[in-house]
Amino acid sequence: MEKSYIVKQISIFSENRPGRLAAIAGALRDAGINIFAFSIAEADGFGVVRALVDRPDDAHRTLTDLGFRVSFTDVIGVKMRDEPGGLSDIASILGDAGINIEYAYAYSGRDGAVLILRVDQVEDAIRQILGRGGELLEASLSR
Amino acid sequence: METIRPDELADLQLKRLKWSLHQAQKVGLYQRKLKEAGVSPDDIRTLDDVEKLPFTYKKELQAGYPFGLFATPLKEIVRIHTTSGTTGKPTVVGYTRKDLENWSELIARNMTMIGLGEDDVFQNAVNYGLFTGGLGFHYGAERIGMTVIPSATGNTRRQIEMIEDFGVTAIHCTPSYALHIAEVAESMGKTLDSLKTGIFGAEPWSESMRTELERRLGVKAYDSYGLSEMYGPGVAFECPERDGLHIWHDCYLVEIIDPETGEKLAPGERGELVITPLVKEALPLVRYRTGDVTRLMDGECACGRGPKIERITGRSDDMLVIRGINVFPSQIEHVLRALPEVGEQFIVYIDRVKHLDEMTIEVEMSRAGFSGELQDLARMQKKITGELHNTLGLRTAVKLVEPESLPRFEGKAKRVIDRRGAI
Repeated sequence: MEKSYIVKQISIFSENRPGRLAAIAGALRDAGINIFAFSIAEADGFGVVRALVDRPDDAHRTLTDLGFRVSFTDVIGVKMRDEPGGLSDIASILGDAGINIEYAYAYSGRDGAVLILRVDQVEDAIRQILGRGGELLEASLSR
Repeated sequence: METIRPDELADLQLKRLKWSLHQAQKVGLYQRKLKEAGVSPDDIRTLDDVEKLPFTYKKELQAGYPFGLFATPLKEIVRIHTTSGTTGKPTVVGYTRKDLENWSELIARNMTMIGLGEDDVFQNAVNYGLFTGGLGFHYGAERIGMTVIPSATGNTRRQIEMIEDFGVTAIHCTPSYALHIAEVAESMGKTLDSLKTGIFGAEPWSESMRTELERRLGVKAYDSYGLSEMYGPGVAFECPERDGLHIWHDCYLVEIIDPETGEKLAPGERGELVITPLVKEALPLVRYRTGDVTRLMDGECACGRGPKIERITGRSDDMLVIRGINVFPSQIEHVLRALPEVGEQFIVYIDRVKHLDEMTIEVEMSRAGFSGELQDLARMQKKITGELHNTLGLRTAVKLVEPESLPRFEGKAKRVIDRRGAI
């Protein structure tokens, strides 16, 4: 049950220099893969590009074949009211349940705003959010 | 001789050093060099006085081509070997009958040290010719009564048949040829059960290579060190402890120096190996700069023999001086090899920022082991920096780069880019 809400994020190691994001994005474009959401986390001289795409397995293969270091990370996507308090609702649910958010990013699409979350106890988080009336992105949206 | 008391050894070394200098005085080059340095053999009263003597460089041997450095007339020389001469003229090495005896004795000592003897069948799978490894090992092995097969190199399938048919127990070859033999044997479905001992030398090889050779050939692998200028192989050799090489102090006076300044380094410090041979007749040498990087190891070996040198870790020509600290690229390679998270490819950049040397090392990530988490990468970067700091005694900036993004080299790798301008 909870498993159907675990979304596969692709995480790509990238050097921090001009043209790397263009190379990643160009490869996904050429493979006809759509990016729903993405973010870049940066450290000393390198970064990790995180993305939700419509075909994660194809994206993984395409980028790996090009020599990128790619891995999957389990995240969840929580639908969020696109108005004041939207983020607060979700963060409170997790905070009350003692679930830690490792990182998050958000996008606002056709069907409203979505908060992508990487948490330490993913199945617990899903139960808590559904139990408190929250709505989650189905993993089947991306395959 | 192997377990001689330190004070007796020192007496013997001094006696032989004096003899060796008198032998060197028969050579025009040394008459000139000692005169220029203002020393005569009689000024050498203790072993420490060796530091008063000038160094000898390979280019000086090359300039003496062919027989300019021989201390004995050609009629007393019974054999000649030469080095390959890949860089300029070959170096010519002459041997008197006594030299050949000394050399065989050293090889015999090494082989005895690792438990080989008359019950062993020995395949000597190296080039027999001008290369010293062939005849050198051949006569040393005969001397201790081993059954010697002078198989030389080539025709690997025949080599493997001989190992099997003759019940070969010990083999000597280069580590890369040993790997080739292992591959061919595996393809032939041969397990080479009789083989117990592998002696590998003439090119550098790593501990991971040792593990692989031992697994695939079913041998215990020993490192052998030598150079043609010092007869050939036999100068230093691993004992069964296989933690450093015993160098034969009764025949070779060993110094470790800073290759930049020429100053003698303290025991344990890594630098260039300088050897003064103590028993060589035809080609005596004084403080010969081997160009090989090692250190004298502390402590006594469990086997009871004399002080050891570390396995050769590089060439002094590659040495870098960073903020006054000597760094060898091979040390960096060594650290990275031990870390599964990164590949073996790296590039070192050296810059001078506000009058300070800064070393940046780009390291390729390995294919395996990327979790996708930034914090794991940051942790790994910190770990590499820490390991390098432990080994080099120097803070470095480590940059993780994508796999296969660094240039590959055919032949000798150029891993260091020094961007420091002249001051």
